[in-house]
Amino acid sequence: MSRPAGNHGPCELSLIVNGEPKTLRVYPMERLLDTLRYQLGLTGAKEGCGEGECGSCSVLVNGELVNSCLIPVLQARDADIVTIEGLAAGTRLNDLQEAFLQLGGAQCGICTPGMILAASHLLRKKPNPTMEDIREGLSGNLCRCTGYIQIFEAVAEAARRRATT
Amino acid sequence: MRANPADYQMVAPTTLQAVVSLLANEPGAWLPIAGGTDLMVQYAAGKLSARRLVSIWNLPELRGIEVLPHEIRIGAGCTYTDLREHDVLKREFSLLASAARWTGGIANQNRGTLGGNIVNASPAADSSPALLVYDAELILISVRGERRLPYGDFHTDYKKTKLAPDELIRAVCLPRRFSEYLSYTRKVGARNAQAISKVCIAALGRLAGGVIEDVRIALGSVAPVPLRLAETEQVVKGKPIEPLLLELAKNATAAEIRPIDDIRSTARYRTAMAGNLVAEFLETLAAGEPKT
Repeated sequence: MSRPAGNHGPCELSLIVNGEPKTLRVYPMERLLDTLRYQLGLTGAKEGCGEGECGSCSVLVNGELVNSCLIPVLQARDADIVTIEGLAAGTRLNDLQEAFLQLGGAQCGICTPGMILAASHLLRKKPNPTMEDIREGLSGNLCRCTGYIQIFEAVAEAARRRATT
Repeated sequence: MRANPADYQMVAPTTLQAVVSLLANEPGAWLPIAGGTDLMVQYAAGKLSARRLVSIWNLPELRGIEVLPHEIRIGAGCTYTDLREHDVLKREFSLLASAARWTGGIANQNRGTLGGNIVNASPAADSSPALLVYDAELILISVRGERRLPYGDFHTDYKKTKLAPDELIRAVCLPRRFSEYLSYTRKVGARNAQAISKVCIAALGRLAGGVIEDVRIALGSVAPVPLRLAETEQVVKGKPIEPLLLELAKNATAAEIRPIDDIRSTARYRTAMAGNLVAEFLETLAAGEPKT
């Protein structure tokens, strides 16, 4: 029952990225992060630490928040992947992106895609998060600029707006 | 030196049977990889010596949590998220649910698995003290069949285990007999989220007639393997909780652990902290307010 990926060399693999089906030739152990950035040109996910500590490579795989630097691409076969590029509808920003902009939740921008995807994952699981929930939901995402407060407030504001609209 | 993916082979069988057959055909040749939260870190740093990997991520046979009348059977491929969100585990095995909640951030909890944490065999693993005090048993599987092994016997030395080269952990079983015990757990690290423990503790206890009727204490990061404090437990059992007993317990703990100096802490700090945690557990038991 082994799938034909055991031979040395690249294999063919299909996945869905931001709603679009893609078929790629990849080495099975290639990191999903590298596939997204170098094969698909989606540079929103960043490489920070490269060891799952900083969250700047966060993406959603089948709706779950993950660090794409720790995923061999073969394990993403047939998966539905959302990167930061998939959140806005054309030029219309997603509500979390709007809130981050308005409340100063983004500074240098390296952590921002991961922060927003982590926040998106959190709000789907907990539409009315407490500040503690927000801190925990974003605890795997490190920011070295903002001191976090504006980021937490942006997430809280996005949740409030969703609740009142 | 960063790893080159072209140097590695990886297969992803779709059934558990296919995985154990592969492991049996070439024992030791294939390294199982589940969520990758440990192995991919080694890989990225160019330190993963295995060149052939077999993915066991999301195998349905390894993913469920089965609630039986006498025990909970947790598939080894369950993630920390699966553990922390499971109602029966939260209610009856809060020490394990808490450990799952504070292991890594959310993204790592969505990928890291209980079986991976056990096989990786770090003495700092957050789930290990909880598994020790709950008398967990492991179900190991290979083409030769299944066998059950007490988790307390699984780790034999630093990063050494009783897992045979052709075996996988299939499930972790927790007997449902500790719901009347008071639970206490705490992790001491540089930061609550993400940080690896300097010392962590899980403990269960029960009072009767003013004395400690039963007690179970385990620590992480204080020895080459996760450690149950069998001697300290004997020292305190049958006694009332009073200041003198706390001192005796601290001394017994210091005598029983074998901490080292490393990048995260020192042996001296760990010894002091381990004793304080055991004392705090006993005070918590006396007060009757669980801490998880």
